[in-house]
Amino acid sequence: MQWETVIGLEVHVQLATHSKIFSGASTAFGAEPNSQACAVDLGLPGVLPVLNEQAVAMAVQFGLAVHADIPEVSVFDRKNYFYPDLPKGYQTSQMYHPIVGPGEVEITLDDDTTKQIRIHHAHLEEDAGKSLHEDFHGMTGIDLNRAGTPLLEIVSEPDMRSAKEAAAYLKAIHSIVTYLGISDGNMAEGSMRCDVNVSVRPKGQEAFGTRAEIKNVNSFRFVEKAIAFEVERQIELIEDGGKVIQETRLFDPERDETRSMRTKEEANDYRYFPCPDLLPVVLDQAYLDHLRSQLPELPAEKRERFQQALGLSAYDASVLSASRDMAEYFEEVHHVCGDVKQAANWVQGELSGALNRESLSIADSPVSAVQLGELVQRVLDDTINGKAAKQVFQALWHGEGASADAIIEAKGLKQVTDTGAIETMIDQVIADSPAQVAQYRDAEPEKRGKMIGYFVGQVMKASRGTANPQQVNGLLKDKLDALL
Amino acid sequence: MALEDSHVRRAAHLARLAVSDDQASDFVEDLSRILDMVDQLQGVNTDGVAPLAHPLDATQRLRADEVTETDQRDTFQRCAPAVENGLYLVPRVVE
Repeated sequence: MQWETVIGLEVHVQLATHSKIFSGASTAFGAEPNSQACAVDLGLPGVLPVLNEQAVAMAVQFGLAVHADIPEVSVFDRKNYFYPDLPKGYQTSQMYHPIVGPGEVEITLDDDTTKQIRIHHAHLEEDAGKSLHEDFHGMTGIDLNRAGTPLLEIVSEPDMRSAKEAAAYLKAIHSIVTYLGISDGNMAEGSMRCDVNVSVRPKGQEAFGTRAEIKNVNSFRFVEKAIAFEVERQIELIEDGGKVIQETRLFDPERDETRSMRTKEEANDYRYFPCPDLLPVVLDQAYLDHLRSQLPELPAEKRERFQQALGLSAYDASVLSASRDMAEYFEEVHHVCGDVKQAANWVQGELSGALNRESLSIADSPVSAVQLGELVQRVLDDTINGKAAKQVFQALWHGEGASADAIIEAKGLKQVTDTGAIETMIDQVIADSPAQVAQYRDAEPEKRGKMIGYFVGQVMKASRGTANPQQVNGLLKDKLDALL
Repeated sequence: MALEDSHVRRAAHLARLAVSDDQASDFVEDLSRILDMVDQLQGVNTDGVAPLAHPLDATQRLRADEVTETDQRDTFQRCAPAVENGLYLVPRVVE
């Protein structure tokens, strides 16, 4: 039997406000436990929530970026349940009238094809605190600093058909929220968390299968792994005559598996009702127009422009527009050096390689975009050759000079293009390599092309890498062939 | 609509309220009468009436995104039954 996978994602994005969604307590990460939990966050008697205007603006910006309907009126509801890290006994959320209505996000797949994933809605809500289960004399410790931190929950339609599509969708959301600057998108610190709904159905069947919800999927890689495991589990179960039950499962990255969370004796019954402490939020057209006019160029638009206006390949355009930092860095290098292809190659090659090796993000690159642009410029105007350029890059990386020019000067890397000087070096190498010259002479003419590499290497070595390789090649060929 | 004992016990459990047997039967009666009144309201034609999100005819005021609270942990934790290392301690929660 051929099976089809159906996936929907709920992504919780922590909004980058300074203060909480309903109180003036700080949202800074890493503070002393409970030092940023105020009376409102603790749900003490008599307190009233007041909505943070920035949280509203950020949610609307997201909505505009995914071409969503933004309803004029949205309403906060209470989602009631008891858990120690939820001091009020309810989470203030939006159930019936969310701030962002239906929209869509374009994802790019490995083969450069694109697909539209529909957004069902996105709503504002507050985060809960953290429970620490390490042993406190058999008790659980509660830190409420995170309680009240604004979250935007983005709910997709079940439009994804593979783990790869789900990962591409998550990346697209990540890049939109970081471009907008409404979240730092740091998955390791929990700024973006993801629940995955997965089901399978026989290919061609219209009705959805029974889905399982997987929680705790907190990296792009885990999304793919968790789905791959879950799909296989469900197919095996059904093929063995079993039935998938609707349940919540937890992904365990260490064992690379999902497992059933203990099912509560009672199905979730959150008894949502409109929060009487908060009035309806009304957004007028002028407000939406103002926010729309402030939107930055978004990843999809940038990708399009990189392809159309700059002539980059679909692949290069998508890599270079993946994050706003990456795109801005690339554009600066291009601006300084004036050559699109070289700028793209250096950013994706030497720079990305060095960043990956040291697990740095491009924002933390020791080599600035201007420095790299000037370096590329020196390659383009033939001041240095490609090999020396890599040396200069390493020197810039390790802070051995303020600019490419200073390093080229200090290390004497200026390319030698003086024919006389190169010829002198060639004559010396030929004189020092009688055996190789003899081999060259005796070789079949079509094999000589390869053998010349040895001589080129020797001349480059003699010039400490500064000779122009094309020139060396041409002159060597002439001189060796004259010996035949 | 007539409520049954099990409805009341379920609602009490969800709200973590301890309800004795006597109280439960009283609640069955009281709440059933309230629901009867709701049934009566259901009979009113509400076509073209927008749902009411809040009884006040006003919209939500927003506040500027500024940190205005200071750390008052010591004060807040004075009424907590158990604290340690700045954490509130509660009976063990099993995930």
